[in-house]
Amino acid sequence: MEEESVLFSVRLSLQVASISTILIIISGIPVAYILARKNFKGREFLDMLCTLPLVLPPTVTGYYLIVLFGRNGLIGSFVYQWTGWSIMFTWYAAVLASYVVALPLMIKTVRAAIESVDRNLVNASYTLGHSEIDTALKVILPLAKRGIVAGAVLSFARSMGEFGATLMLAGNLPGKTETMPIAIYSLSGSGEWSKAHLLVGMMTLISGIFLYIANRYSKRII
Amino acid sequence: MSLQVRVEKKVNGFFLDIEWQIQNELAVLFGFSGAGKSMTLQLIAGLAEPDRGVVILDDTVYFDSSSKKSAPPQKRPFGYVFQDLALFPHMTVLQNILYGAVDISGRKRLSKKEKSDRADEMIQRFRLTGLEARYPNEISGGQKQRVALARALIRQPSMLLLDEPFSALDLPLRLEMRKFLKEVRDQFNIPAILVTHDFEEAAAISDKIIIYEHGKIAQIGSPEQIKSAPANRYVAQLVASCCSFQ
Repeated sequence: MEEESVLFSVRLSLQVASISTILIIISGIPVAYILARKNFKGREFLDMLCTLPLVLPPTVTGYYLIVLFGRNGLIGSFVYQWTGWSIMFTWYAAVLASYVVALPLMIKTVRAAIESVDRNLVNASYTLGHSEIDTALKVILPLAKRGIVAGAVLSFARSMGEFGATLMLAGNLPGKTETMPIAIYSLSGSGEWSKAHLLVGMMTLISGIFLYIANRYSKRII
Repeated sequence: MSLQVRVEKKVNGFFLDIEWQIQNELAVLFGFSGAGKSMTLQLIAGLAEPDRGVVILDDTVYFDSSSKKSAPPQKRPFGYVFQDLALFPHMTVLQNILYGAVDISGRKRLSKKEKSDRADEMIQRFRLTGLEARYPNEISGGQKQRVALARALIRQPSMLLLDEPFSALDLPLRLEMRKFLKEVRDQFNIPAILVTHDFEEAAAISDKIIIYEHGKIAQIGSPEQIKSAPANRYVAQLVASCCSFQ
């Protein structure tokens, strides 16, 4: 039974990190593209807003998320009113927390990669009759591919390790929202060292592997 | 066929203010670095926007500040060859050329067969047979030039704009490419504008030279006209310093 709870944490963490990484890829690339290539009022403000979770303590990010998505939150209250459902203390909340905390890593890495694509290549595509979207899909993003992979890998690793905001939003419900970092916190608190060792070892190994992959890719950004 | 250009643009204290017209010929924009030649090409192609002026090819207006008309680069029928050639590093020679196989009017999609027929023709005409599967970093400087030209011409543009494409080549290859460019222009029978800061190149290749001096036009004429009657001291010095004119 207890081994099962360890396995559950591992599976939940992988599930949460995978889904949040997919959402990060889908939303992070367009935002990074806009920040890299569009000149508009409020661009730096948007950049700051997206990057803030990188430097804020995760508890502060978690606090903001509760204010927004909690049962009485700005958005959460509407959802609760209409559906009777709240994201709080579900594994979806863990996805939300991981998403917000890890998104800046994707945006920063991909923005830098897009900005490093030679302007002349973009201009060449335009003079060859290709629209902006076509150029983004066929020239800019393929050339920023390594940055995108590096950003996704970093985001996945960060999502796996997310603790503070997840604890505030999803709580610590064994068998429901107990991700690996939260399980480690509980196990060390109750002195179950052998299981804690196992999870800590796995966490370190997984993060190390992902960091290695991210480094290999980001070094070779064209 | 004629291109009429009158543009003004201010950038960081530099002021470009030029007006000229060319027919179906090979015209050279000559001037030293920073004279505004490359900027002129960008303004013609729609990669930058003039503060004031017009860009008219035949009877079609592509830019007119008075009526606030400005066609995007995709809608302008110019083939553009960049100074660094701007070949896509992640595409093969064939993919680079095929990327340019877009209908010039932008109104219809070319069929796969039409694209590959055009590409085959370009590969043959530009002597690139056997190099189709190579990437730009796997071919020589002269071959890259030919790929860039083929890619610009496969769209069947009404005009060719060349921004110092030969500047990185050593002399023998540069001479060969000049000759090749002349042949290509004659074959396609479209006007071409070549930007260069090499006066000898300008004199050797062009039907008309447009001499730039700090964002203004110093003189426009055939190489012979410029040689026999330089408009001012600046042009006279240029003529005198060019060995082939002495």
